[in-house]
Amino acid sequence: MLAQVTDLIFSATEEDFRREIRDWLARHVPRQALPSMDTPDGFAAHQRWERQLYDARWAVASWPVEYGGRDASLIEWLIFEEEYWRSGAPGRVSQNGIFLFAPAVFAYGTEEQKRRILPPMAAGDEIWVQGWSEPEAGSDLAALRSRAVRDEQRAGWRLTGQKTWSSRGTHGHRMFGLFRTGTRAERHHGLTYFMVDLAADGVTVRPIRQLDGEPGFAEVFLDDVFVPDADVLGEPGQGWRVAMSTTGDERGLSLRSPGRFLAAAERLVRLYRRVSAGEEPGTGTPNAFRDAVVDAWMRAEAYRLYTFRTVTRLGDGKSIGPESSLNKVFWSELDLNLHATAQRLLGPWAEIGGPWLDGYLFSLAGPIYAGTNEIQRNVIAERLLGLPKEPKGMNGEKGVGR
Amino acid sequence: MRLASTADEEMFARAVRALLERRCTPQDVRAGFARKRWEELAEIGVTGLLVPEEHGGLGLGAGALVAVAEEAGRACAPEPVVEAAVAATLLAEVDEDGRAAEWLRALAAGTAVPAVRLTGPGAAPVAHATHADFLLVADGDRLYGRSAADAGVSAARGVDLGRGLGHVDMSMLLDGPLAVRQERAVSRAARLGTVGAAADLLGAVRAMLDLTVSHARQRHQFGRPIGSYQAVKHQLADVLIAVEFAQPVVLRAAFSHDHDLPSAGRDAAMAKVFASDAADLAGRSCLQVHGAIGYTEECDLALWLRRVWALSAAWGDAAHHRAVVAADLLGPAPAPPCP
Repeated sequence: MLAQVTDLIFSATEEDFRREIRDWLARHVPRQALPSMDTPDGFAAHQRWERQLYDARWAVASWPVEYGGRDASLIEWLIFEEEYWRSGAPGRVSQNGIFLFAPAVFAYGTEEQKRRILPPMAAGDEIWVQGWSEPEAGSDLAALRSRAVRDEQRAGWRLTGQKTWSSRGTHGHRMFGLFRTGTRAERHHGLTYFMVDLAADGVTVRPIRQLDGEPGFAEVFLDDVFVPDADVLGEPGQGWRVAMSTTGDERGLSLRSPGRFLAAAERLVRLYRRVSAGEEPGTGTPNAFRDAVVDAWMRAEAYRLYTFRTVTRLGDGKSIGPESSLNKVFWSELDLNLHATAQRLLGPWAEIGGPWLDGYLFSLAGPIYAGTNEIQRNVIAERLLGLPKEPKGMNGEKGVGR
Repeated sequence: MRLASTADEEMFARAVRALLERRCTPQDVRAGFARKRWEELAEIGVTGLLVPEEHGGLGLGAGALVAVAEEAGRACAPEPVVEAAVAATLLAEVDEDGRAAEWLRALAAGTAVPAVRLTGPGAAPVAHATHADFLLVADGDRLYGRSAADAGVSAARGVDLGRGLGHVDMSMLLDGPLAVRQERAVSRAARLGTVGAAADLLGAVRAMLDLTVSHARQRHQFGRPIGSYQAVKHQLADVLIAVEFAQPVVLRAAFSHDHDLPSAGRDAAMAKVFASDAADLAGRSCLQVHGAIGYTEECDLALWLRRVWALSAAWGDAAHHRAVVAADLLGPAPAPPCP
């Protein structure tokens, strides 16, 4: 048997890949930060940036060439992310689509669906919006009530109900999400995965302003909205399984690559140096935050190493299951740590708007979205440690009757 | 890019685990250091892991040590597994008469037990001194070695009874047969000890977690297992997160050490920060979840609690190593990261 070696060195091909993306970013990243993607102008500017990335085949580097990618390996994708965030490039307005929805399309979509959906998503022409949560279904997603009923005559479905906290909902074009096609007592067995055109008759979008003052998410009301069979992903009734292939990605590897945290950690170290040297305004006692800076940087490093180990395991044929919950708790707390530390370093200047304050506000949402950290810790305890499930709901019945 | 123990290392670790499961039960741990077990560890190569092949060892590196040290921690083995590796790298670099070679051969054969102290103030006690055959003690840039019988060892009562803590008479050591200037070898060996101790701690954390999960599944209050309550679950989930994220940090430190990368010192320090922090958290959480029974000597948890209390501070505690990382990272020329 060949002994596999531990090898923490990037190959020449990987180094070439890094140089190529680094050079491209150096030439193309806008000098001036784009306006917030949740304003009309900013949304359009971010779409134009996505088009630029797509034309250079960087938008979805890890996708197959036929859908606009370059078949990059997972390691190359991680390298892309490191360079992307280090360069100060704009946030990804298409991220809900390319990171959360596309994996489900690849896993469950028909050839026709893949060809129709993926390239415009990658090009930033169609921005996808999440349709998971409902007013009465947050952490308990399987309690959702929005319904889809069969319309045999038109070969499709009619959707009625309300989705909420739909990221990019204010300006986005299409929504992916779960709707109930069975009874509520069936919980996660009676769900179907739909794609909804937000311009269709019967759809009302109400923007919701977030802590930062921008309408980053929205409520989406559906009143007898027709969706053709071609826009069902996977089989009717199979929606939960299809969705889990997406939430696994959201929590796991793809949405929160180490690159963005490494970039923030490097900026934090620079901020500490500059504040300490009096080159940037900030707290009068930066030294009091030395350990916090070091800890935040080390945690970003640890997240990177953990990700390389995960990629190694995937390469060995193993899959990520409930382990993605470990990831989600770690990165969300890391992100909060990084930005809270920067805010403390800035001292009296912290309340003035800027990238650190924006980042801090965004990081506060991390422990809530993509499954709250409380739910993640339950998953870790029950599925990784093997602790007994907690009795659910009143009368011990699972969710029914609430 | 490949961040994982090698197949050989894993196979070796499995053999060590199998041996310790049989020969190092909690009851055995209570009985303390056992020369018989030391000899059995020698037979499968553990004591000579880093002894060069020409002296009868396996000539392996830190990557192998972390796989083995984790098993020692998991079993709470009282034998100085990490110290044997540290002694081996030190002695292999000592350019001296026959004494170093003699001790190297004895290490690999399992006929000599080492005790080592490379860090900390000169008067601090030495772990494993009371059951050691020879001692290696660094003082500044100098390394002294002498047989334990001639080093005036007096037992010290440590929190971990299996650790064989002892005071040594430095004046007797200074007169010993081995007294060399070995600044580089000493700092490199201390780095190895730091990484080894970190791996040992992670093994101990996993053992404590296993014990505590099984307790939380069995113990019922208010008509259901205490492990079904979120207040209990979430504490233990945090321990698992701590150990899972510490593990790749320790593996990376072993790689940097073996390849003498510029970041090796910082990487070892970081490994110990993560491992000590994980062990401190695990100790507190596992004790809390056990409740009063965990506060007794009869509960097996006590064995690991004592081990991690001692080992979390040994080879430099988290605060010390955090300062080491800070000095590099925030200093004039931080080492390039690996990878």
